[in-house]
Amino acid sequence: MAAEWYLVLSALLFAVGAVGVLIRRSLIVILLCLELMLNAGNLALVAFSRMLGDQDGQVFALIVMVVAACEVVIGLGLIVALYRRRLPLDVDDLRELRG
Amino acid sequence: MVEVCFFLGAIGALGGAIAVVGFRNPFYSVLALIVHLFSLAGLFLLLHSEFVAAAQIVVYAGAVMVLYVFVTAYVGGAEESAWEPIPGQRLLAPLMGAALFVELSIAVLGSSLKALNGEGPEIPLGFGSPAAIGRLLMERFMVAFEAASMLLLLAAVGAVVLASRRDRDHPPAAEAERGERQDGILREPSEPSTRAAV
Amino acid sequence: MSATSWAWLVLLFPLLGSVVTALGFRLLPGRTAGLVGTVAIALSFACGVALLVNLLGDPAESRHHASSLWDYASAAGLDIKLGIFVDPLSVFMVLVVSGVSTLIHLYSYSYMASDAGYNRFFSYLNFFVFSMLLLVLAGNFVILIVGWAFVGFASYALISFWYSRETATRAGMKAFVINVVGDVGLVLATILIFRELGSFDYGQVFATAPQHFQTNEWTVVAICLLLLVGAFAKSAQLPLHTWLPDAMEGPTPVSALIHAATMVTAGVYLIARTHVLFDLAPTAADIAAFTGLATLLVAGSIALVVTDLKRVIAYSTMSQIGYMVIGVSIGAYSAGLFHLMTHAFFKALLFMAAGSIIAAMANRQDIDRMSGFGRAMPFTAVTLIIGSLALAGFPGTSGFFSKDEILSFASDRGGIYTILAVGGYLGALITAIYSFRLVFRILPGEPCPEARHLIETGHVVHAEPVNPATEEPEDTGIGFPGPEHHIAEQAGGMRIAMSVLAALALVGGVVQIPGVDDVIGKFLEPSFANSPLAAIHPSTSDEWFGLGIGSIVSVSGIFVAYLLYVARPGSTAVLIERLRPLHSFLFNKWYFDEAIDILVVRPVLAVGSFANRTFERLVVDGIVNGTVDLVRGAGGIVRTVQSGFVRSYALLLVSGFAGLALYFLVTSS
Repeated sequence: MAAEWYLVLSALLFAVGAVGVLIRRSLIVILLCLELMLNAGNLALVAFSRMLGDQDGQVFALIVMVVAACEVVIGLGLIVALYRRRLPLDVDDLRELRG
Repeated sequence: MVEVCFFLGAIGALGGAIAVVGFRNPFYSVLALIVHLFSLAGLFLLLHSEFVAAAQIVVYAGAVMVLYVFVTAYVGGAEESAWEPIPGQRLLAPLMGAALFVELSIAVLGSSLKALNGEGPEIPLGFGSPAAIGRLLMERFMVAFEAASMLLLLAAVGAVVLASRRDRDHPPAAEAERGERQDGILREPSEPSTRAAV
Repeated sequence: MSATSWAWLVLLFPLLGSVVTALGFRLLPGRTAGLVGTVAIALSFACGVALLVNLLGDPAESRHHASSLWDYASAAGLDIKLGIFVDPLSVFMVLVVSGVSTLIHLYSYSYMASDAGYNRFFSYLNFFVFSMLLLVLAGNFVILIVGWAFVGFASYALISFWYSRETATRAGMKAFVINVVGDVGLVLATILIFRELGSFDYGQVFATAPQHFQTNEWTVVAICLLLLVGAFAKSAQLPLHTWLPDAMEGPTPVSALIHAATMVTAGVYLIARTHVLFDLAPTAADIAAFTGLATLLVAGSIALVVTDLKRVIAYSTMSQIGYMVIGVSIGAYSAGLFHLMTHAFFKALLFMAAGSIIAAMANRQDIDRMSGFGRAMPFTAVTLIIGSLALAGFPGTSGFFSKDEILSFASDRGGIYTILAVGGYLGALITAIYSFRLVFRILPGEPCPEARHLIETGHVVHAEPVNPATEEPEDTGIGFPGPEHHIAEQAGGMRIAMSVLAALALVGGVVQIPGVDDVIGKFLEPSFANSPLAAIHPSTSDEWFGLGIGSIVSVSGIFVAYLLYVARPGSTAVLIERLRPLHSFLFNKWYFDEAIDILVVRPVLAVGSFANRTFERLVVDGIVNGTVDLVRGAGGIVRTVQSGFVRSYALLLVSGFAGLALYFLVTSS
């Protein structure tokens, strides 16, 4: 399969993830959509790695996976902390940072 | 054969993605993401990156998603309200997403990529194998490897601190009140939310 | 020491005196400030005498020296130095100013002794003398303007000396505003001079002017008219004269020094100094001369009817300066300046005597209430009589020789200038009448209550302090110098000063007896050598003829005053009844104040309030507030972006990214 298929698929997945972040209000689902976007990036990286014959892309994808894992950990930690303090888990209700 | 596998994986990935965005219940979204991750792993295999595929399944679908499952079970999947407070968001978001997709596709399908050979170059045996990736990690990308380890350590410590239970905030008896907390409507927190977090 | 070094010393001492008394405002006890001030001016006079001696050592043609301390402004075609110019004219003025100032300081030493602002008074007075000396010694137009402005300030400060009194502060402001009008004229004239001749320095300007200008070319006429605006404002000539009577709100020594002897003569000095320009613009010179004549007659007519003692003397000052202006405008420079000198003597003397009488009257200045002081205050009475004789031009006094020298010069020039001579003699008649009006009203007759108190007890009467102009009661310490009033009979300083001036007023004329000697004329000749008019010299017989007419006029005026006030008392009341409209016209000062109010003050105020109501509110405030509202509105619009919704921020992010990607796609294709 030519590289373009994988790349277009990656773009599509990225767009879906972006729309999910913008549309959904639940904190957990927003984090899930962020995962979608990161994985789309990973797919693109691995596709390029195959197409260019260079394994650096795969290593890059591994590191991205590590970063994603860390981010998920912190994000979920925040959600738990919010939950513990009886704060709403709706991103529209957490809006104290405003002008 | 390759095409069939590709399309299977693609449909799985895309379907999972749309399901993540679409399901109302966060628990179902988590499950949909797991499906998505497996499909991606399959696609990785097609792209001769075995180690990344395995890592995807073991680390991502295995550990990270399990974490999601735990937290979703703990927090409880609350339904979101249907009313949209931000004017125009429901309209503009898909629009911007579509615009993004179109532009990226144009960029991808533009002339610059035509230089690439459709099938890709000859790749040596062991391309994408654990040995090859391991050698790369230990030789060329040592710094990145160590930095990633450091990051993991930080994240772990941070998560522990963030989610730790502090006795003055929530005495154990308050956990019984959680049963009432099924709606997503804003309620006054019993503790002032401006208390310093750490 | 060179002449210019003496000149710098002349300037230094009053400045030092002013600064020392100002800095030691609270430290100097009792009358020390007065001593410091008087000594400073006395030293200045001494240096002036030394300067004179030094200058006389030079041959007549080279009696002019310039000197400068440092460059004041030296860039882009400007070359202004802090410079002075010493020549017979400036030395003459220095001697007159510093000499009379010394005597007045001596007078004030006693007169102002119990005033709360004694130190401040001497500081201001010394500063005034410094500024006046700077004005007359200036070597270029810029320093002249500096001195001019300082003198204006000193006048303002001294008129409003008793600043708690509202009439005084208003008078000070009036004087200052009219002064500023004059300043504008002077500055515009200087700018024109610079534009035409390219320099501010006296030497260069007066050397190049005759080559540069045609006679009566409009530029030089304009320059001279602007100079006249300045001169008339300072010397209280029509129509810029309305400040001088009001300036009598200041203490009497101030009136004596500033508004009789020195500051008001600055205009005369200016015309004399710039005579080269006036020679090139005879039109302007004629305008000056006839304005002087008009002032002479108008002021004299007013002095016949007003009843405030100091204001009578003020109007007589205005009138006499008219003579001086006539003198220097028609080319009788040394005559005009000689009259300046003698006028300084007898006018200062008159004011000093008036001060003594006012003190005896416990601050009342209304001559209708005064009588019989001849017995109560003999010394003051004698000095008053001497001053009035000199003012009236009684034969033998200094005023006699000086006034008539101007008039004989005028009739000698002939043509329309004979009008000046005739008007001048008419003015002399009026002068004699009103000056002896004062004498015959105040001195003879039944002593008024204050005079009787003085005769009987030997002390000055004590009365409630009252504003002399409005008859409103005031707090002590605001108005009249302190609770104690000092009259000449009881204060040594006053007596010495008045005696010296009386002697000078009587015999000062001997230096300029026609046919006998010509001290002033010869002394001043080098300064005016470059003027064609200075060569005109009436013959001695013509001069004695003029003196004869002058003596007849003066004696008849005194006789008329005697008839009206002594021989047939009550005749003035009858005259006032019969000529009531004329009397009120004169009493209201020819309605000049009202005319200026209607013609100038009200339009300016109307423009100001229009500007305030419309322009200021609509345009300026509109722009300022409009800008504020614009910014606030824009801020409000921008603020809506900060909604607090994370998702809208994310939407912005994605939109921005999409836009950026679009841009790069477009530019790379």
